[in-house]
Amino acid sequence: MTVLQLSIFIENKSGTLLKVLKLLKEAQIQIIASTIADTLDYGIYRIICSNPTEAYKILKESGISVALSDVFAIRLNDQPGRAADAIELFSNEGISIAYMYSFLLGNHGILVFRTDNAERAKEVIILNKLDFVADKNLAEMK
Amino acid sequence: MDVNSEFLHPDKETLSREEIKALQLERLKATVKHCMNSEFYKKRFEEAGITPDDIKTLDDIRKIPFTTKQDLRDTYPFGMRSVPLEKCVRLHSSSGTTGNPTVILHTQKDLDEWANAVARCLWMVGLRPDDVFQNSSGYGMFTGGLGFQYGAERLGMLTVPAAAGNTLRQIKFITDFGTTAIHAVPSYVTRIKEVMDELGIDPKKDTKLKLLAIGAEPHSEEQRKKIEKMLGVKAYNSFGMSEMCGPGVGFECKEQNGLHFWEDYYIVEIVDPETLEPVPDGEIGELVLTTINREAMPLLRYRTRDLTRVLGYDCPCGRKHIRIDRMKGRSDDMMVLRGVNIFPIQIEKILMQFKELSTDYLITLTTDNDNDNMTVEVELDQLFTDDYTRLQSLTKEITRRLKDEILLTPRVKLVPKGTLPKSEGKAVRVKDLRTVYQ
Repeated sequence: MTVLQLSIFIENKSGTLLKVLKLLKEAQIQIIASTIADTLDYGIYRIICSNPTEAYKILKESGISVALSDVFAIRLNDQPGRAADAIELFSNEGISIAYMYSFLLGNHGILVFRTDNAERAKEVIILNKLDFVADKNLAEMK
Repeated sequence: MDVNSEFLHPDKETLSREEIKALQLERLKATVKHCMNSEFYKKRFEEAGITPDDIKTLDDIRKIPFTTKQDLRDTYPFGMRSVPLEKCVRLHSSSGTTGNPTVILHTQKDLDEWANAVARCLWMVGLRPDDVFQNSSGYGMFTGGLGFQYGAERLGMLTVPAAAGNTLRQIKFITDFGTTAIHAVPSYVTRIKEVMDELGIDPKKDTKLKLLAIGAEPHSEEQRKKIEKMLGVKAYNSFGMSEMCGPGVGFECKEQNGLHFWEDYYIVEIVDPETLEPVPDGEIGELVLTTINREAMPLLRYRTRDLTRVLGYDCPCGRKHIRIDRMKGRSDDMMVLRGVNIFPIQIEKILMQFKELSTDYLITLTTDNDNDNMTVEVELDQLFTDDYTRLQSLTKEITRRLKDEILLTPRVKLVPKGTLPKSEGKAVRVKDLRTVYQ
């Protein structure tokens, strides 16, 4: 139901993002989706990738501030309005989305998000039979 | 007092060098003798194998061991006094966040002499009993408050104890009471001008301001000139420290070419902070002061930790009292920011309470728009969340706790682990990039 996401603490300084990307490149880890937002001093670089546990180990050993966490990923049909329909289900239950990003995998849009209440979000996904993605699915779909 | 005279105390201010030295020797001898009433100095002299009789010339002062801030802490609260406690009428104390506070005691005579010294400074720059003096300095334990209050009253001015802060009210006092002179830290003067601008008040037209006494915070000549220009006033540099009473130790005359230190009150030495040997006039070293006009708690060869140099002894103003350059820095790690004394250890103590942080940190001081600012960079030990709001609340909490400790709001910046200088060895913990020290 969830996929592993890497979160990397990146200082707003030239070269810090490149350092992370080069480490992943050397380990032949493929980035499937990523997002970065910036504040005044730093950004958090969030990545969905092939072999996240290995990537975590490599970055950690290289002294990078990194965290590994579970985020929800649901697959949407390639039609307008599907994201609205999905998010409405959570909203109706009073669940807030902390952050969200999306990527395309094959013909499907994948919505990646974290909520303020993981347990209840799980219930919503199961009860509404949402088409969720797990780590092994990502590997298969590649 | 003769309002037409340039001197409030002509008998002391116009002494020749020889007369100053003779007076200093006489007072030094008396002070040393008096210090034998102090348990601390009695023991110090015994340990050094000297007696008051060994002080026969001014150079003999070098036989006396130095007194340090640590000595004041070790004898906290009353161990250094040279008179019974019942003779003391006032106590001032430092904040003491780095261990025991330091306590300075005063007899009534000490307070009188202190007020005289401050009055002499203010008279020297042209203030007279018909002036209105607004003291926008912190009161309470901070000696810039009561020190200037009593000195300005002694001179005979209408004195407004406005204290620090509440800038709107300060400006109302300035316009309503016809304030002609203000004492404040330089950065606060800049703040007053900013608010005047917002209110549409032109200090040159709408106020009677003509003079500022500024001090307690390092500032450059450029900063002084800027302040003088924007307010249309003369700004004079003031030097004081609570260990030496407070303000009134040194003050610029109208020449604005160094601060006259009152040598009938203090013996000034400049020493190499490493070897503790005297440095030649003109060379920068640590300022060491001996009080020779104090009763409750004289201090012999007190290491101020301020770095400066002797500029000379002659002055067109007619005074031969030693001229000392503005302070050039510190020989310890104390930082002076907007009039507040801060030691890095205070900041470290707070940071170490956050388990989210590593033990490395970096304090950077900068001057932005004439204001001194502090940035504290801290290392995130582990990325404990991928949530911006949680990182931001951590930053806010660190900022709040630091503010409670150092009374100023620093800018706190989270950086990844391993990017700051390591704590092993002599890590650079403080970077002072302020223009004043360059």
